[in-house]
Amino acid sequence: MTEISNFIIGFFILLGSILSLVAAIGVVRLPDVYTRNHAASKSATLGVIFILFGLFLYYLLTEHQVNSRVLLGIVFVFITAPVAGHLISRAAYNIGVPLWKGSVQDDLKKARSKKKLMR
Amino acid sequence: MAFQLLLNVFLAFTWMFLSNDYSPLAFFKGYFFGLVVIFFLRRFFHRRFYVYNVIAVIRLLMIFLIELIKSNLSVFKVILSPKLKMTPGIFALETELEKDWEITILSNLITLTPGTFVLEVSDDNKTLYIHAMDIDDVEQAKLDIKNTFEKAIKEVSR
Repeated sequence: MTEISNFIIGFFILLGSILSLVAAIGVVRLPDVYTRNHAASKSATLGVIFILFGLFLYYLLTEHQVNSRVLLGIVFVFITAPVAGHLISRAAYNIGVPLWKGSVQDDLKKARSKKKLMR
Repeated sequence: MAFQLLLNVFLAFTWMFLSNDYSPLAFFKGYFFGLVVIFFLRRFFHRRFYVYNVIAVIRLLMIFLIELIKSNLSVFKVILSPKLKMTPGIFALETELEKDWEITILSNLITLTPGTFVLEVSDDNKTLYIHAMDIDDVEQAKLDIKNTFEKAIKEVSR
């Protein structure tokens, strides 16, 4: 029983740390703010959630106590991480950080310039 | 939905007072009988029977989790491939949702889908500007958003 639970706990924590590592590699490798934001806001979210879930299972299976604060932490990370990613990239767009040169389409720029003409 | 839920809790408390038993078990019994009563009186409410809404919320949560895992796999593929083969871009998406909380949930969902996140919501709440990692499969992404997410959110607020 403890062997199996140890295996499951180890699996979740290892998977979470691998995801966080890939997110870090993505932040180094990708070319501009927006694509980096893809890596940071998605992989890091799931990585933290997996690590916290492994911690919750550890408390439940080996210490036999339900740690509700870890569960609340999972919910908070799940709700707030995408909003943080959205706000950072929106702020970057508003102060005029350019897209990567390989970008092909920019509908928001068109919409903004149309609005300026109408004023 | 909130009204029916409150009524159900009220019926459960009435059951506890009627049976003079103030334990959690009595509460759950009363809640169950109240659920049956509300089911038989569902014609008299303006909204539909609220258990359907609860099921819709659970389904939305499931979609959230599945999309989060799928998007991580696609980000994996882009980051770990030896050459960066991607064509990022920003596209506009018209949405039919109207209330603020619906649009918030939709944009959270889009942020967690494979290769897309919301850059800006227009002032009139009708268009979302979305940054995509690969602009080539935008049409597919648009269809996915329309068919699965908007539908699931509408199902919750119906």
